[in-house]
Amino acid sequence: MKINKEKISGLLFLLIALSALSVLALITIFIFIKGVPIITKVGLFNFVFGMVWDPSHGAYGIFPMIIGSVSVTLGAAILGVPVAICCSIFLAEFAPAALSNLVRPAIQLLAAIPSVVYGFWGLLFVVPAIRNYLGGPGLSILAGSIILAIMILPTIISIAEVSLLSLPRQYKEGAYALGLTQWQTIRSVLLPAAKSGIVAAIILGIGRAIGETMAVIMVLGNAVAIPQSILDPARTLTTNIGIEMGYASGEHQQALFATGIVLLVIVMGLNAFAQYVTRRK
Amino acid sequence: MSIKMSTGLMPCFNVKNMKIALMFSRPKRRIYTTVFILVFAVSLLSACGSMNKSGIIVAGSTSIQPYAEVLAEEYMILHPGAMIDIQGGGSSAGIMAAQSGTSNLGMSSRVLKDEEKSLWYVEIARDGLAVIINPANPVQNLTLDQVSDIYSAKITDWSQLGGTKAKIHVITREDGSGTRDAFVNLVMGESNITPRAIVQDSNGAVRQLVADDPNAIGFISLGLVDETVKALQLDGVAATRENVMNGSYNLSRPFLFVAQTEPTGQTKEFLDFVLSAEGQQMLVNEGLISPTEGT
Repeated sequence: MKINKEKISGLLFLLIALSALSVLALITIFIFIKGVPIITKVGLFNFVFGMVWDPSHGAYGIFPMIIGSVSVTLGAAILGVPVAICCSIFLAEFAPAALSNLVRPAIQLLAAIPSVVYGFWGLLFVVPAIRNYLGGPGLSILAGSIILAIMILPTIISIAEVSLLSLPRQYKEGAYALGLTQWQTIRSVLLPAAKSGIVAAIILGIGRAIGETMAVIMVLGNAVAIPQSILDPARTLTTNIGIEMGYASGEHQQALFATGIVLLVIVMGLNAFAQYVTRRK
Repeated sequence: MSIKMSTGLMPCFNVKNMKIALMFSRPKRRIYTTVFILVFAVSLLSACGSMNKSGIIVAGSTSIQPYAEVLAEEYMILHPGAMIDIQGGGSSAGIMAAQSGTSNLGMSSRVLKDEEKSLWYVEIARDGLAVIINPANPVQNLTLDQVSDIYSAKITDWSQLGGTKAKIHVITREDGSGTRDAFVNLVMGESNITPRAIVQDSNGAVRQLVADDPNAIGFISLGLVDETVKALQLDGVAATRENVMNGSYNLSRPFLFVAQTEPTGQTKEFLDFVLSAEGQQMLVNEGLISPTEGT
């Protein structure tokens, strides 16, 4: 009897654990069932590298959106990563306990702000500022990059800080014993040792930036052409789905699911790469 | 903890009572509750489904859909027990649904084609389309051709149109939107909207952007024009309700209800409500133009 009960409870937990996993499987299967027909009809190459997106005339090419996603994410990384890394070094090495106990929750709070609030703030402050001081319509890659840079800060900071803090104490003590200053220790010992964790933090941050939709829809302008400068509007893969799903039907809807497939593959690739980097010590 | 629990339950654990014991242990009970709720929800949903079958189905244009929903809501308050199901799908789909009888009424925000003229139809309202710019922009009047050239990026600077030298920021609606569809049909002719145009997903967002950006141009439903933006004159005709009604302002489209044959019974009752003074007033309040206005 007792063994039975153990078995049953084990099975029950397995089932519940599997149910979480099966949601992932279901979503993936659903997206593929909905999206694959249009890819096979248009052709994978024409879909991914097609330059024209005009669903009402049957043109489904998402290359401008891929360029949009890449440029906005790259911009966010350029703006956000240095700040995030410096912040995590400050929290892990320089900040007195009292200060880091104040800063750390504040940064976590950044992650708790809904993305629509970021978008709204961007629309009211960042976009007009760009329009007035730099020109162009304001809705631009630059605006999207600034918003996303702020949004990926908490992800990168907390993971990078943890990987700095989890280094063995001997590293630091050994460096000090050799007469290195605090900055020399950080630069030549701690940062190289925590490299894999920091790289993983950056990749996860980038994954978050690529997947973000709501805030980006509001500040990016959503034009379906390859942007020529950072002041041009652009459309990302996520916003393509977000902005057009309302009225899409038939092939148009399938094409949006197919956009989701491409997005899913990119994000999965990034996550796999992050896992690979952290495991390779 | 786990030992304590298992000994506590032990007495119940002879084979015959096992099921009952399981039923009353906490996690199981929660599962039963969940199952019950699920079954209840599913049966409720299917009940709704079967209720719809006895009601009226109205399908078609996504431009008319929000207005039809307002009307249906009011109608269902006035007639408890009546069920009106409003569905989207686009004008063509709505006309086809009416033709085949899968919906009682079809909604079309475009004029019927010749081969569709055999259907029974009635105009429930008209919607004007306004081309809007920032109030700070000195341009007052454009020709339809100029608007078309702006949207196909043949004209890219306000100085080409008598304005100050500045790049035109073209704003359009997303693909699939009824307003965009109407704009393309009424203005663009054979040319396409430039892919460089900024895309916003609502009338409100377009209006907000034009209100903020002195170099922007956009198009929205005439009923939604307010003092934050300036509606352009087209070919010298001001975008006003009067000019839409007397036919001198070209950018307008009819909102039609279409049916296989002249409606009877429940469908006719709903239609009568839509065309009644009360229903028409609701549409006017929502910013549309009543075809009976001024007569």
